[in-house]
Amino acid sequence: MPRRIWFRLGLVALVLAVSLWYLYPPQKSINLGLDLQGGIHLVLGVDVDKYVASQTERAAEDLKNGLERKGVGVKRVARDGLSTIVVELASATNWNDALTVAAEFGTFEVGQRDDKAGRFTLVMRQRQVAQLRDDAVRQGVETIRNRIDQFGVAEATITRQGDDRILIQLPGVQDPERAKALIGKTALLEFKLLDEQTTPEQAQAGRLPETSELLYQRRVDKETKAERKQPYVVQKRTLLTGAELTRAEVQADPNSPGNWQVAIEFTATGARIFGDVTEQNVGRHLAIILDGNLYSAPRINERIPGGRAVITGQFTVDEARDLAIVLRAGALPAPVSILEERTVGPSLGADSIRQGMIAIIGSAAAVFVFMLLYYRISGAIADVALALNLIILLACMAAFGATLTLPGIAGIALTIGMAVDTNILIFERIREELRVGKTVRSAIEAGFARALRTVIDTHLTVMVTAAILYNFGTGPVKGFAVSLFVGLAASLFTAYFFTRLLFDVIYVGRRKVQSISI
Amino acid sequence: MIELFRNPNYNFIGNRKWAYIVSLAITLIGLGSLAVRGLNYDIDFTGGTLIQVRFEQPPTVANIRAGLSRIKLGESIIQQFGDPREFIIRVPLTSVTSQELGKQVEAALGQEAPLGKFEIRRVEFVGPQVGKELQWQAVQAVLFGLIGILLYIAWRFDLKGGVAAVIAVFHDVIVCLGAIAFTGREFSLPVLAALLTIIGYSVNDTIVAYDRLRENRGKFSQKGKSFAEQMNDAVNQTLSRTILTALTTFLSAAILLFFGGKTLEDFAFVLFIGVITGTYSTTYVAAALVVDWTQYVEGRLRRRKKAVAKA
Repeated sequence: MPRRIWFRLGLVALVLAVSLWYLYPPQKSINLGLDLQGGIHLVLGVDVDKYVASQTERAAEDLKNGLERKGVGVKRVARDGLSTIVVELASATNWNDALTVAAEFGTFEVGQRDDKAGRFTLVMRQRQVAQLRDDAVRQGVETIRNRIDQFGVAEATITRQGDDRILIQLPGVQDPERAKALIGKTALLEFKLLDEQTTPEQAQAGRLPETSELLYQRRVDKETKAERKQPYVVQKRTLLTGAELTRAEVQADPNSPGNWQVAIEFTATGARIFGDVTEQNVGRHLAIILDGNLYSAPRINERIPGGRAVITGQFTVDEARDLAIVLRAGALPAPVSILEERTVGPSLGADSIRQGMIAIIGSAAAVFVFMLLYYRISGAIADVALALNLIILLACMAAFGATLTLPGIAGIALTIGMAVDTNILIFERIREELRVGKTVRSAIEAGFARALRTVIDTHLTVMVTAAILYNFGTGPVKGFAVSLFVGLAASLFTAYFFTRLLFDVIYVGRRKVQSISI
Repeated sequence: MIELFRNPNYNFIGNRKWAYIVSLAITLIGLGSLAVRGLNYDIDFTGGTLIQVRFEQPPTVANIRAGLSRIKLGESIIQQFGDPREFIIRVPLTSVTSQELGKQVEAALGQEAPLGKFEIRRVEFVGPQVGKELQWQAVQAVLFGLIGILLYIAWRFDLKGGVAAVIAVFHDVIVCLGAIAFTGREFSLPVLAALLTIIGYSVNDTIVAYDRLRENRGKFSQKGKSFAEQMNDAVNQTLSRTILTALTTFLSAAILLFFGGKTLEDFAFVLFIGVITGTYSTTYVAAALVVDWTQYVEGRLRRRKKAVAKA
């Protein structure tokens, strides 16, 4: 036998062993795509600009307070655009004091200035803007992961995609609408005082003070499904937010049988603020607002110590549970919108698997039989190589944690078709060499040697296209590209290296080989 | 031993004038059907919502439409999808979010009594932004695929071969797109994937012929033969491999087309057409163009030499 044949046999055995190890047990080793097992694929766009604007707004608020503390009279401090604060002083005499206060806001720099008019702008530094945008997406991913973990979805993937997107994949979720509501909710909980000087009618007529806003309480009648909107005038100033929350639990609503409420508990700081607010405003109404919707506005009867409150809103138990989850997980830093959504029911996934499997087994079987009929024993060798190719391909997908999608199955079917191309190329070459009268041994040598160049060229070009597909494709197309790429790499090993090995073992090892079945 | 061809010696390259006419004609037909019928983009590219519903009893399209008109979506595209009980509803982009739309459709169809029980099996929503990006990505993928191939062949062989191969691939892409437009199929992401696969396949074939040509150079049997004859030999020598590979790939694609289910149908259709045109274009577009280009260059060199000799 030629030298190194044992080494080559050992290598193939090793590859086979490693592949089988990765593939065992088969149910657990390969990730099925959402199109096969059912589930939700979501791409969310994060409104990063809104986050920048809200941070600017907050800084403007702080600046105004800072100026007033220093005794600098201000006419106006307001956000202008995304990241600019306009400051108008009451008089230009306090110009220097004002600039000293502004200098404390290190993430801003002074833009336009007009010291005679007592007017200047602060612009957020570009680096800070970029940082905030990044934070908004990063925190969004964290918050959503938190929510989904509490919701209880196994093997969910939540990843950042590009600059301002979040990709979420939830396999096997039974109630997609509920999951989407849970993920997409901003969940900004705010406590504000009602403006009791202005009636909703006045506000709707346009006589709304600058410090107040009009909000609605939405109630859906459980029987008629009709929505009722009740207007409230609320002071704009936020006294406390959900950020100061430690617990949120579902409880039965004692005042409204069959309905549920969410009991919340504040942190120590939150509890202190809540105690102070309730103490100073006994007799007034405190509005509880979630994502701009007013849920309730109970009257403050006395100081509430201990930092406990309840949110009522005629919730069903599921609604209350989901609300508790989003409150515990925290608010999203910026609103999100659904850019892309693919929901596949479990029954459709099962159908896809069945049809995909029939197709792939059918096309593999057809190719197997064809090779056997046309090339006899050599065809059988090619078939063994093809089987090894499939094993390696599936094992690689298991090892990389790649996902098998329906187009991915198609990619495998196609790989089978193209993997035999290499064997056909080699076998035709060997036949040619035999025709010009070469011995079996030298025909095999020459056939493999001459075909090598072509085999490498053809594999590389298709792998180039597969790589490009992977880079530009999304979701299902990526799955296709992965199986095509890996399949071709495996085919270089099986259709060339492994087939050669089998030929060497069968034909080249023996002294006298008179004929070859090809 | 079964053999398709034994030392074939067909005059492929000699008949290339006719082939040019055929190629040009089918390319024009392809472009024509693209121009007349246009590409029917899937929601992947246009944005919109797709809802797949399975009814317990085969419904009529009219009943589904009646149900949808309850929520003013009567203009949606309603298509049967494989099984007579399975339907796909396509809703163009609206101001309503997909979340609400899925629920609304479910409620509206539920109110239409003749439809009976049903199950919503798939909801896909693609926003306008994503759709536009995907369109651009598709164009980029095809473009970069072609450039990658051009560079690879130019590096391994020569520029003429690279350009000719890319023209051949371009021809295949047009034919496939034309076939999609002609049969009124949708241009979806899987179809794009199939198109890129065909690009790879077509080039594969071309490379096998080029490789053979290069290998034959300087061989005794090729002495005194013109470039056209050399190319013809290369094509003939690789003919049995070409046909066999085309057959196996064609077989794979055909099985996917007929048994792969509705989801894989369009994908398999493109492969089906692409294998045929990819095999054809290797000889009659790529190889033929290289021959004419080489002859043109050689002719000019000869004339220049003559001119120099005279002077």
